[in-house]
Amino acid sequence: MSVVARRVADALVLFWLVVTLIFVLIRMAPGDPAEFLVPPTATAGDAARLRTDLGLDRPLVIQYARWAGAVVRGNLGESFASRQPVSRLLLDAAPVSVALGGISLLLTFLIGVPLGMFQAARRGRALDHLTTVLTTAVYAAPTFWIALALVAVFTYGAATLGLPQALRLPAFGIRTPGGVLHGWAGFLDLARHAVLPVVTLAAVGAAGIARYSRSAVADVLHESWVGTARAKGARSSRVYGRHVLRNITPQLVVLGALSLPGLVAGSVFVESVFAWPGLGKAMLVAIQARDYPVVMGATVFYAAAVIFANFAADVALPLLDPRRMAKSA
Amino acid sequence: MRRIPAADRVTTGAVVMLLLILGAATLVPMLSRQDPLAIGDVLALRLIPPFSRDAGGTWHLLGTDRFGRDLFVRMMLAARVSLALGVGGSLIAAAIGTIAGALAAWRGGITDRLTMAFADALLAIPRLVLLLVCAALWQPGLLTVLIVLGATGWMGVARIVRGEVLGVRARPFVEAAQALGVSHWQVLWRHVLPNAVGPAIVATTLGVGNAILLESGLSFLGLGIQPPRPSWGNMIAGGRDLIVSAPWVALAPGVALIVTVLAVTLIGDRLRDSLAGQHAPFARQLGERS
Repeated sequence: MSVVARRVADALVLFWLVVTLIFVLIRMAPGDPAEFLVPPTATAGDAARLRTDLGLDRPLVIQYARWAGAVVRGNLGESFASRQPVSRLLLDAAPVSVALGGISLLLTFLIGVPLGMFQAARRGRALDHLTTVLTTAVYAAPTFWIALALVAVFTYGAATLGLPQALRLPAFGIRTPGGVLHGWAGFLDLARHAVLPVVTLAAVGAAGIARYSRSAVADVLHESWVGTARAKGARSSRVYGRHVLRNITPQLVVLGALSLPGLVAGSVFVESVFAWPGLGKAMLVAIQARDYPVVMGATVFYAAAVIFANFAADVALPLLDPRRMAKSA
Repeated sequence: MRRIPAADRVTTGAVVMLLLILGAATLVPMLSRQDPLAIGDVLALRLIPPFSRDAGGTWHLLGTDRFGRDLFVRMMLAARVSLALGVGGSLIAAAIGTIAGALAAWRGGITDRLTMAFADALLAIPRLVLLLVCAALWQPGLLTVLIVLGATGWMGVARIVRGEVLGVRARPFVEAAQALGVSHWQVLWRHVLPNAVGPAIVATTLGVGNAILLESGLSFLGLGIQPPRPSWGNMIAGGRDLIVSAPWVALAPGVALIVTVLAVTLIGDRLRDSLAGQHAPFARQLGERS
């Protein structure tokens, strides 16, 4: 158990470092936040009052202590723009992003891992090289470009090409505006709105996972126990589904944690293109409005998610890989 | 004649594509008679579809944008910006990462712990978020993007170089050099680093593609390169609301970007694979998109 305790301590220290870093970063910015927070018509007195209100006239050490202390208590301050608590704003936006990211991540693995296996089984052949170029091309494509290309095909294209109504997908928001749909119809409406954003994120993610799984599976295929399983007459589906998959699972778990930053980046673009009211959109709006408490809060939130994901992967790893269990005990 | 392995043919293709884009980016804006920034007769020239002539008889390979500017010439001008920022940003990141990683491993102790803690803290913030925050705090523009790309991309290289230096410093020839009285810096510079930079070079190559993607993302969101100076990202953003009426305006610059990043990544992959024999554990960590 002491291993887990040490990991918790590491994660907390890291979190504190990140909180400090964000503070330093924001304070390094040129200019006085109070200057561009007041309306253009404000007087110097207004700016001074605001500076006092926000505590910007206090020494840096005190500002830092107040900020760090507040973060620890889960208080991320108040949005300059809406005067709402930042934590409330983020929690309101989080479910959309978590659902979008969660479903996409699931699909990412469901598509990416079998694709990588398929390639590894044909390693070095023409089909493998072709697939590598294709997955790398998708991996090389900006998320927002894929999103726009899908919009071009499935909203505009679907109408001009005369595709069936089912393939004419909405590309804006999470619900059809106006009519409030309930129950099954409401869910269906939400699902139709989710198709393009989810496909965008899953495509980029799956391409990355396939690239990785290909080499991970290829490494494992050299192992002697794969030969043994085959010699015993195990069918290909059993070799891959049971032996190979089981052996790359720990790596996939680590990869899942490592892919979180990429997923966050992707969701910022997807939420921007499809106008989804998630965290990414909230952060972009805050950045454009120079609403620093929200920007800082969202950054802390993302960092906490990344640190937690890495921590969870670290803790789960020995459970999934008995060889590591022996080492870390 | 010897049959060329398929992997090499893919790499050759990637190198050729990259050279073509580099050549076009250098030559096209220079030779073209059309000014990619000037706005002429907007109503007559705007949104001409690809492969057609405008009323004045000028041929537009990829058509024109909403202000009647030739899309292909602009795209190639943007290629200069994107390539310069991608390569420049990665090189800055590589330089910082190599110095930080080498010093951390060489000095050990508190230097090592502080450097790596700093790197871990930066890595805990998704790079795009870090870039967005920095780009929003400072004046958006070429220099800001360049510096920010360098400042947020060095951690991976630092970790790799640190690991390599730790491995190399235990080798007998390092001890031999020290026994001969060679100074610390000499040993690090002449004997240790040359043996440790292989994986860092791969990481930097793969980082170029990543940096180009990130730059385009920042510019797409309006926090990177500012119009009228074209970059692939802000060109895609410029065609965003035309995606229904004139989809080529947004999609064409993306194709140039994809081909470029694809070529760089395939070359990086090949470099990694050729190193993988000697550096298997590190080769695996490379190439994670951030």
